[in-house]
Amino acid sequence: MLRFLPALTLIAMLGPVIAGLWGTVLPALGQLPSAGLHGPSLDPFRDLFGWGGLFDAARLSAATGLIATALSLGIVALISASWAGTDAFQTLERLLSPLLSVPHAAAAFGLAFLIAPSGWVARLLSPVLTGWERPPDILIVQDPLGLAMIAGLVVKEVPFLLLMTIAAMGQAQPRRSLLVAQSLGYGRVTGWLKTVFPRVYTQIRLPVYVVIAYSMSVVDVAVILGPTTPPTLSVQIVKWMSDPNLSMRLTGAAAALLQLVLVIGALCFWWLGERIIARVGKRWIMSGRRGLLDAPIRVLSLGLGSISALAVFFGLASLLIWSFAAFWSFPNVLPDGFTMRTWTRHGPDAFTTLGETFLIAGVAVLLALALVLGCLEAEHRSGRPLTRRGLWMLYLPLLVPQTAFLPGLQTLLLSIGADVGRIPVIFAHLVFVLPYVFLSLGDPWRSWDTRNAIVAGALGARPWAVFWRVRVPMLLRPILTATAVGVAVSVGQYLPTLLIGGGRVSTLTTEAVALASGGDRRAIGVYGLVQTLAALVPFTLALIVPAILWRNRRNLHE
Amino acid sequence: MKYLAMVAALAAPTFAFANPDPANWDAVTSEANGQTVYWNAWGGSTTTNDFIAWVGDRVMEDYGVTLEHVKLTDTADAVTRVLSEKQAGEDDDGAIDMIWINGSNFAAMKDAELLFGPFAEQLPNWAVVDSEGKTVQTDFTVPVEGYESPWAMAQVVFVHNTATMPDTLGSMDALLEWAQANPGRFSYPQPPDFLGTTFLKQALVDILDDPSVLQTAATDENYDEVTAPLWAYLDALTPHLWREGRAYPATGTAMFPLIADGELDLSISFSPGAASTAIANFELPDTVRTFVLDDGTIGNASFVAIPYNSGSAAGAMVVANFLMSPEAQARAQDPNVLGYGTVLNMDALTADDRALFDSLELGIATLSPAELGTVQAEPHPSWMTRIADDWVNRYGAGQ
Repeated sequence: MLRFLPALTLIAMLGPVIAGLWGTVLPALGQLPSAGLHGPSLDPFRDLFGWGGLFDAARLSAATGLIATALSLGIVALISASWAGTDAFQTLERLLSPLLSVPHAAAAFGLAFLIAPSGWVARLLSPVLTGWERPPDILIVQDPLGLAMIAGLVVKEVPFLLLMTIAAMGQAQPRRSLLVAQSLGYGRVTGWLKTVFPRVYTQIRLPVYVVIAYSMSVVDVAVILGPTTPPTLSVQIVKWMSDPNLSMRLTGAAAALLQLVLVIGALCFWWLGERIIARVGKRWIMSGRRGLLDAPIRVLSLGLGSISALAVFFGLASLLIWSFAAFWSFPNVLPDGFTMRTWTRHGPDAFTTLGETFLIAGVAVLLALALVLGCLEAEHRSGRPLTRRGLWMLYLPLLVPQTAFLPGLQTLLLSIGADVGRIPVIFAHLVFVLPYVFLSLGDPWRSWDTRNAIVAGALGARPWAVFWRVRVPMLLRPILTATAVGVAVSVGQYLPTLLIGGGRVSTLTTEAVALASGGDRRAIGVYGLVQTLAALVPFTLALIVPAILWRNRRNLHE
Repeated sequence: MKYLAMVAALAAPTFAFANPDPANWDAVTSEANGQTVYWNAWGGSTTTNDFIAWVGDRVMEDYGVTLEHVKLTDTADAVTRVLSEKQAGEDDDGAIDMIWINGSNFAAMKDAELLFGPFAEQLPNWAVVDSEGKTVQTDFTVPVEGYESPWAMAQVVFVHNTATMPDTLGSMDALLEWAQANPGRFSYPQPPDFLGTTFLKQALVDILDDPSVLQTAATDENYDEVTAPLWAYLDALTPHLWREGRAYPATGTAMFPLIADGELDLSISFSPGAASTAIANFELPDTVRTFVLDDGTIGNASFVAIPYNSGSAAGAMVVANFLMSPEAQARAQDPNVLGYGTVLNMDALTADDRALFDSLELGIATLSPAELGTVQAEPHPSWMTRIADDWVNRYGAGQ
């Protein structure tokens, strides 16, 4: 049984991706028999290239994705170079790690209210400093360059990449390298960038690629913060896929393939950039310059990191205030009064939806845990560790843009008459939950001291007894953390729920994004907060439960 | 049974005859008991969502029907869904049991024979519907023929904040002049949003000397000539819109916070009572009022339709009938709830039922039926479809 688990895991993870891509390729070539359309034909691509907004939409997708990734990585590299190993770094880490689980949509809602011309920042400064009695008519949110959208992505990707970097630094032994570099007269930042960063980067490369693919094809953030004349390619794909005119689905499928090509192209572009930077960087390292700008860079990086964290915190705080606000207009910094009315109106519904959200997340995460623990145990018993190819396979579902395969999967499910609803949605979530659970649990699982197993075996325990009675209890904390990661991933899923659920399944994320078009900031506040809680509470439990359970076994939870 | 088969044969061109039979109401209600009805309705308005939740409580109480609100961002999604189900051969128990619908989506579904019915005129509460005085038997000039049942009346009103814009406007030309003098203070939702395209139609109807040409389908021959004044109008207006027309609000309700914050002075709404409701919910300042144009404004009815493959058609009919009840209609008209216009004929109601309506306070920003004035007819849906597509090409896909 255990032997088949890795294969089963691969099928659960890659099966839907491959099936979905297949379901995209066929209609893109004009083949949609269920609609009476038969290919092959190039009409879908002709229609796609005939769309006036295509160039702008594709440019937006590529530019926002690449710029957001480069900015996030730059900020993370500078923060780590300036502050790794210091108290300030630990504070920043503590500030940023809970932000990892804040759903993208909630962070985007908060940010939208902060930076809008009528937003919180403008309210704080008006009218005293700005002289604005009314909000200025300037295009900040939904700007055609996608700057607001880039900001929304950066505030979420910085915590992700920073935590990945911290994990990678564990193996790169930065302290010793830095010590040597500093004793040779290198500045702290320069020394770190020259000696530690190259090794750290090779380890966080795949996560960086994931950030590129994700940022280029994200839908919920683009709907909330992105431009609309035209929207990004992914948003347009979703629009085409839901057009009553079926031939639009063919255009949508063609666009989905274009999106895939765009992402592949962007990854190649990035890869090329890596080569160039490596070459230039090598020359820079060889030049032996000790670095001059350390002090300003340290201040700048701390500033950027704090702004990125505070933007999310204050964004969430604004959601909280809106959810209790009576009338509140520009330029008042706070509402005219507070009321429970919004919570009595939307609270009950939001908490019912919370139940559905947790049900889906719970089942998906339990399945993922079973598969991942099985795989890891199989790996342990066979003594064959995960290969490099295996690692790429793990990342594959995160590298293929969601908008490229989910529409195809929906069409495919429908054409084989599979019932829409909760169960297909759970399996669609599993595709994204599995890799994250695996990545989160893999390292702690493998670094467990196997001599414990030998001792237990010597005392007569069979392999499964070792697993259940020694390994799982000892690794309870990483297991719970992986569970929390899985829940946060599932809670944040927008497109899989929307497309595969056929509208019958609503989670906090789909509800919140649906509310975005209505612009009711109070209701958005309620849903955004409940959504954030849904992702944060499991993390809190993952910290508390082992501490309580093992209160008399200190080394198991510290 | 033989008789049924004959009826089926006679009804063959319209492929589906109503089963369950709405004329046999007792059979419908007993079949409905225990059914779950998935009502696909636009979910962007929190007040509408609350109303639908209340309807769910009431039909559960009276008929044992469970109502689930599937919240759409775009009604076209539901149409797609039914269409794909038909193609996939899912003819008996589709995902959708009822759709809030009108206009081009209705025309498309009726055309493609995706609707259950006719049922509307057999529902018991049809007797109190004002089928003479209100446009409930045609939907954007398309004959309804019982394939959808009405539940609310809507009419275009302009919403203005009297604190910053005290005057009302009499025509679309006056609106253009005002916008030129007050740049950045007006916007409309981005087409193909329903209200956005309605604004385009309202502009066209008001600009044309004789809008009667819009009552028949647009043709390749007359489309360019008829709509030319509209594009000229929009070319003149767009640079003076909010954000110079480089971004648009997503929906009508998304304009409320913009008015509340003073970004906009003027916007458009398709629900005469919505502004009062929004004031009550703290979404708009209490200085907001509404007005209509001198020549009147476009009006239409909102309907619910049942897909041909609904597995809970009986339950859906029970809900549709309840929506036309005096109780539900009076609640929908209450500005503290929805502020929608009623489809009922006040003269056909009992004294008790009429009292439900008479006791309503319409709200400070709501015009009385007399003030709402002339209701202009909706153009044929073909105009809306083409104009929306053209708008997207001209203003929506990057200029």
